[in-house]
Amino acid sequence: MPEETKGNPTAPQPPAEKPAAPAAAAAPAKPAAPAKPAGPVPQPWNAPLPNSLQSRFGSAIKEASTYIGQNYLVVEREVVRDVLHILRDEHQFDYCVDLTAVHYPKKDLQFEIVWILYSFARNERMRVKTQIKDGEPAPSVVALWPAANWMERECYDMFGIVFTGHPDLRRILLPDGWNGFPLRKDYGILQQDQAWVQANLGIESGQ
Amino acid sequence: MTQPASTSPNTGDRTFLDSTEMVLNMGPQHPSTHGVLRVILKLDGEKVLGTECVIGYLHRGVEKIAENRTYAMFTPYVDRMDYVASVSNGLGYCLAIEKLLNTEAPLRAQYIRVIMTELNRLASHMVWLGTHALDIGAMTPLFYTFRDREEILKIFEKYCGARLTTHAFRIGGCIYEAYEGMEQEILKYCDFLEPKIDEYEQLLTTNRIWLERTKGVGVINGEDCIALGVTGPVLRASGVKWDLRKAQPYSSYEKFDFEIPTGPNGDTYDRYMVRIAEMRQSVRIIRQAVAGLPEGPIMAKIPKVLKPPVGEVYVSIEAPKGELGYFVVSDGTTQPYRVRVRPPSFVNLQALDKMVRGQLVADVVAVIGTLDIVLGEVDR
Amino acid sequence: MLQSFLQYLDSNVTLTPGAAGNYLWATVYVVVVIVGVSLAVLSMNWIERKALAHMQVRLGPMRVGPHGLLQPFADAIKLLVKEDIMPDGADKLVFWLAPVVIVITAWTTFLVVPFGPAHAITDMNIGVLFMLGVSSLSVLGIVMAGWASNSSYPLMGSLRSSAQMISYEVAMGLAVISAILMTGLNDTGIYFHHAVASAFPGVGTLSMIGIVQAQAEQGTWFVFKFFPFGLMAFVIFAIAMVAETNRAPFDLPEAESELVAGFHTEYSGFRWSLFMLAEYSGMLAVSSIAVTLWLGGWLRPFATWHGPRITIPHYWQGGALDFASSLLPAVVLFLLALVCFVGVVRMPKIPVFRIQMLGLAAFGGLLGFIGLVLLAPPVRDRIQDIFWFTFKLAVFMYLYIWYRATFPRYRFDQLMKVGWKVLLPVALGVLIVTAIVGVLR
Repeated sequence: MPEETKGNPTAPQPPAEKPAAPAAAAAPAKPAAPAKPAGPVPQPWNAPLPNSLQSRFGSAIKEASTYIGQNYLVVEREVVRDVLHILRDEHQFDYCVDLTAVHYPKKDLQFEIVWILYSFARNERMRVKTQIKDGEPAPSVVALWPAANWMERECYDMFGIVFTGHPDLRRILLPDGWNGFPLRKDYGILQQDQAWVQANLGIESGQ
Repeated sequence: MTQPASTSPNTGDRTFLDSTEMVLNMGPQHPSTHGVLRVILKLDGEKVLGTECVIGYLHRGVEKIAENRTYAMFTPYVDRMDYVASVSNGLGYCLAIEKLLNTEAPLRAQYIRVIMTELNRLASHMVWLGTHALDIGAMTPLFYTFRDREEILKIFEKYCGARLTTHAFRIGGCIYEAYEGMEQEILKYCDFLEPKIDEYEQLLTTNRIWLERTKGVGVINGEDCIALGVTGPVLRASGVKWDLRKAQPYSSYEKFDFEIPTGPNGDTYDRYMVRIAEMRQSVRIIRQAVAGLPEGPIMAKIPKVLKPPVGEVYVSIEAPKGELGYFVVSDGTTQPYRVRVRPPSFVNLQALDKMVRGQLVADVVAVIGTLDIVLGEVDR
Repeated sequence: MLQSFLQYLDSNVTLTPGAAGNYLWATVYVVVVIVGVSLAVLSMNWIERKALAHMQVRLGPMRVGPHGLLQPFADAIKLLVKEDIMPDGADKLVFWLAPVVIVITAWTTFLVVPFGPAHAITDMNIGVLFMLGVSSLSVLGIVMAGWASNSSYPLMGSLRSSAQMISYEVAMGLAVISAILMTGLNDTGIYFHHAVASAFPGVGTLSMIGIVQAQAEQGTWFVFKFFPFGLMAFVIFAIAMVAETNRAPFDLPEAESELVAGFHTEYSGFRWSLFMLAEYSGMLAVSSIAVTLWLGGWLRPFATWHGPRITIPHYWQGGALDFASSLLPAVVLFLLALVCFVGVVRMPKIPVFRIQMLGLAAFGGLLGFIGLVLLAPPVRDRIQDIFWFTFKLAVFMYLYIWYRATFPRYRFDQLMKVGWKVLLPVALGVLIVTAIVGVLR
């Protein structure tokens, strides 16, 4: 149970509920596991930037929050490209720091694609997230930030997410003929494409 | 391994015999690619028309491994990515998890981290200088820089027991206290190193042959750098004065007084000058950190079993090669749900194509050297 | 039988060069020079590795023999017993012939190299021209090597090498001409009558021995004549000769970190050692041209302080400076022996090193013994010229190694630019100005 040794810098915290364990109260009365103090929760992000986007796109901006001082937007897949375009052109987010994905197999919208953007002029960093179903393509932002070229290829390589509009979407880290997308949660930690290994490396198994 | 981009010989009304393009392969085994990197060059005689990098020879699935280890167990793995500057990797990861836990390392630990990280920046730049000079043909600076780097590695060994993959920090602070006499030794090393940097400059900076081999080679301007996501000394040499240690300070860097060197033209020579100046600034930071090293604990109070609350965080630091970022997603269990490493060398390497177009074949080697890539980081 | 053999030995023996007299003596001279050059190449191998290493803060070979002294022999034996590989589609005859051509041209240039006033195998009256011409033939050998390898990268490397050598030969030639001009002109621009070299007054000479004699008779080394033009011509030649021999900083064709491999990629074992032999011999040859033309050949510094000297026949002429200078070879060898003995003293005193200590002490003893031999008056008089010539050659060899340790490598287009756009115009300018100055002064 993390104790707060340093207060959350952005928003007032709900008061940390001290675990019942230390000092006073007798042990048997308290529940078996001390109640976890509420950690930091995402706070709503009130600023001109998300407000203007929300007024523009309405409910397509599903969430605009701050977590431990880091701002992010959750956006519908259909509008995410426009949102990113506006962020680059109107709000000077000219540097695409990173582009990655997270796989939540239990959810209906399994893949969450994260764009991390930074603005030199405003010295601000923010994240834009969208969720897509398995098999749905995502929009490519190579035309907006050429930095995204290899990052999208890596997403495709590791997760199988197709980015529409990418000039040359093929595997980057894994060999070309590899089957399987390793960073998905249903891909085992020791799993390998044995067919490829046997065909190309001439050995029985990669293990 | 991807297939090389096909250079179709029959384009329009040109026949095969008219084709002047040649495809040259700088294979994964090559003395100058600083690791297993395959570069496929499309040449017109000596001039480079285009390049294609084939990477992934060193892919070890670090991000997948992270999902199967606890937070603390994963810390040694990050050293192996940028193995030349392993202390920075550890710093970035520890800062990310500390942010996720909403804690901060105590001040003394932060100062020790700064000292170790700047020493590691010096070591990384020395490796870069030696190997870059060797690629361009000057054999001797390699030995001088490696000899001086030995002293840094000795300090690392005394501090944390390892020379290269140091695992110096832990989540919450440092586990190792500064050893007996460490401050004096580091100050002595700073005094020892400053004339050595002058010595390296004496060999190269005004050497006519060095100037001809590096000036105007691999030019990239500031806007292209930003668009391509290039960070680190490459960005600064193109004129953009941006350093994460000043823009978004971490680990008490705001307490130190140092400059950000930049270069005007964005060519190889400017990147060389920027890194040499960064070495001098690193020495400056180390002196200040050692002088102001406060007393106190070196480890924050964090639970033995780390279970960060559900959430995600992105933390990045200024590694010697650029912006090294960690995007960590926690689901409340002891193992991270997703760790994404944003490697500076991976993103910088994308710029190779732009920098090398129109240059000669002999410059490709110089440009790869000046980008300062480490394949362990590119491939993870 | 013995009588007639001795008579044959003595027949036509003269002290003048170029007239070895009979074939036997000619052969003896040739063998002596070839053995000497080979020994020089062997020791160059060791010196290069040790000197380069010390400049790079490391030690170099230390194990094979004391301080690596036996390393060249180990390398030679290794190369001799290596498997002789010939690439599949290679042109067998040309592949075999290429290193032979290179070595023969490299050694043939030593026919006219003057180690002393009477110490050349032969003294052609076109000596310098002969050397430059024959060393140009090595380009043919390089192209043959690249062609016969049946692989595009060695071919490209050999074409680059040959282009580089041809380019820098032009600048070399022009620098040589300005030195030749100086042989015919003295300070006052009046044409100069040579004592021996030419029958006609006021005509310069291409003969290697004649050039040094001209320097002796004019009382100045050509590097100091018509200052600074003699110096400029010398510097141009010194730079061009490094490019001519494919050495750093002009060694792009054989650099490993570049994409195009050198012309000797496909050669291994003994054939490769022939290339290395030819490279070092070429370095010695062009250095000897530089020493002869500008640095006074076999003359010791301040040889003409007391006035011009008659150099043939050479006898010790008396004077304190001469005496001191005649002791110098022995002193040098004694110093080297001293270095060996200091090394012996500094070796670790454990049994494993006993044989190395003994070896080094023996080598030091050998050097000391040679030094003693050089002190004997008959040897002392005659060894002077050879010693000074060799000493100057050694300085050039050290400079070669120093360049290799210090400079980065030129890119090929920059290399050609320097050869054609910098050295050639400057050499031409120096030549013209030398001619004008010589006449005007």
